[in-house]
Amino acid sequence: MPDANPDTLAVARQFMAALPHARELGLTIIRLGNGHATITMPYDPRLVGDPATGVLHGGAISALMDTASGAAVLSHPAAPVSTATLDLRIDYFRPATPGQAITARADCHHVTRSVAFIRVIATDQDETRPVAMGTGAFTLDRPRPAATGKAPA
Amino acid sequence: MTAYQNRDEALAWLVGAVPYIRFLGIRFDRQGDEITAHLPFQPMLIGNPVIPALHGGVTAAFLEVAAIIELSWTTLWEDLSAGRLGPDAVTPGHLPPLPKTIDFTVDYLRSGQARDCFAKARINRSGRRYASVHVDAWQDARDKPFASAVVHFLMPEAP
Repeated sequence: MPDANPDTLAVARQFMAALPHARELGLTIIRLGNGHATITMPYDPRLVGDPATGVLHGGAISALMDTASGAAVLSHPAAPVSTATLDLRIDYFRPATPGQAITARADCHHVTRSVAFIRVIATDQDETRPVAMGTGAFTLDRPRPAATGKAPA
Repeated sequence: MTAYQNRDEALAWLVGAVPYIRFLGIRFDRQGDEITAHLPFQPMLIGNPVIPALHGGVTAAFLEVAAIIELSWTTLWEDLSAGRLGPDAVTPGHLPPLPKTIDFTVDYLRSGQARDCFAKARINRSGRRYASVHVDAWQDARDKPFASAVVHFLMPEAP
């Protein structure tokens, strides 16, 4: 299935720009739609965890992966009205290469009536060797059916 | 130099050396041999401005920072007091290697409000090679955590 159309992507980018912490991290949505989100975070010396090497702190990468995961859930065809992280597990494979942007690709691969399950992978420029991978469960608030019993618009 | 000065210096050095800790504005308060992490609220920590709620990633990062500082400070302090590290280890430019995060599992219990957060970490197991640290974060009441996490670390090579 195709990604969200350009207008939807523009709306999503505006939405992202309105989220204070996402803006502070410089997050940009690259792809969004059908339960998938790709979001990048530029390298920023303020986010360094190890000053001796310039490697980004795991916390900043976790924040990126959480954001991508939530966006993937919201873009799922089930059309949730909101979502929140229930739990997230992240495995760190290697330090991110200093100076390189980090890209998180998240997939909402299964939903139930009230839970969404995600997988997320974070890479730097060497996309063959992931920096981190995660799995998580998110809440899923579906649109409420109209009181008339008709399908929601 | 007294032991207490050393403890505070070890803590101040660890916290001050990491840009990301300054970025989030996390502080650490020491009570004897315990430390509490403190994340003062600031607007840029907000994820959803409608509720408004803290960004889930901020919560995760705060827990991870609290865990790594607890573990680093404890092991650094033990190494200092046992004489395995000299006082020079706690100066800018002399960086003892820090534990590395292997994996991190965060449990979101309730939404983080637009207020200060606190966190306390507990080292469940600290071995020669691996460590497991549990951490709870709360806002208004210590017994009502809004998030908790378990973090596994790979310990640095012995000095």
